[in-house]
Amino acid sequence: MMTNAMATQASPVRFYDTEEHDHPEGGSTMLGFWIYLMSDCLIFAILFACFAVLGGNYAAGPSPADLFELPLVALNTAMLLFSSITYGFAMLSMQAGRPGATRAWLAVTAVFGLAFLSIELYEFAHLIHIGATPQRSAFLSAFFTLVGTHGLHVTFGLIWIVTLIVQVGRRGLIPANQRRLMCLSLFWHFLDVIWIGVFTFVYLMGVLR
Amino acid sequence: MSHDAHHAEGTPHGSLRDYVIGFSLSVVLTAIPFWLVMERPLSAGLTGVLIMGFAVAQILVHMVYFLHMNGRSEGGWTMIALVFTLIVVAITMTGSLWVMYHLNTNMMPMPHALGGVP
Repeated sequence: MMTNAMATQASPVRFYDTEEHDHPEGGSTMLGFWIYLMSDCLIFAILFACFAVLGGNYAAGPSPADLFELPLVALNTAMLLFSSITYGFAMLSMQAGRPGATRAWLAVTAVFGLAFLSIELYEFAHLIHIGATPQRSAFLSAFFTLVGTHGLHVTFGLIWIVTLIVQVGRRGLIPANQRRLMCLSLFWHFLDVIWIGVFTFVYLMGVLR
Repeated sequence: MSHDAHHAEGTPHGSLRDYVIGFSLSVVLTAIPFWLVMERPLSAGLTGVLIMGFAVAQILVHMVYFLHMNGRSEGGWTMIALVFTLIVVAITMTGSLWVMYHLNTNMMPMPHALGGVP
């Protein structure tokens, strides 16, 4: 004890900064949003795993080869891919500091996104109309859950795009809006990455098997 | 590392060239698997392996050219989060398929195997 106290006295006095030091506003937003996307990725991983396990259980119902129309899926894929590059153009306009062009490209992106969603809803309506409802078989339950969750993400992405078109129109390309645009960029491109998995694993492999 | 340098390593920006290259590669990597499945020039097994390969390639293209992934953004933390996620995804996928495949082989014969309707 005595020696400890002596040692403490002998060592030089130290100061610790217990206050939170100054972080610029939104400095950690991009990393935080990326971690959110990774958690979203896990949701999709679980849904993909469900589809992988249940995708072959047709319960004597229709199989993917009976249901899926690949030209329609190809068109859908093209819509999402076009929306990805037009979002890229919106980002480039943002970096160039042109709010008008940014809003225009965001609007084009929203149109392509809406086209994607409309085609998907048409497909769902068609499937349900011919009796291939989620209740029909485990395969269809897994299919509607996986593709529907992706569609729901696209829907929220669309709402976000419209919000940012309004925001940029009212406030311009302020740092906060730039940050939001960058988050939405990650979100939108991430949805396209998930769609690569969907069209390969669900549609193409489904028709193949 | 000083604080300013830390934040300067934020989100990397893409250039027009990046987006055009990424888009062109994606179009090619999407068109080929659709063509393979719609026209069936190869056997089903080989086609399956190939389209999976094309999907992985296209995901990598999107990661690099659209999401601008690299090992330096946010001081490497985005890459660490991605690698961790990929490990969990791999465990989830292979684990589910492995377990459920063996479950199916150990189950009673299903009605369709007996030639009857459920």
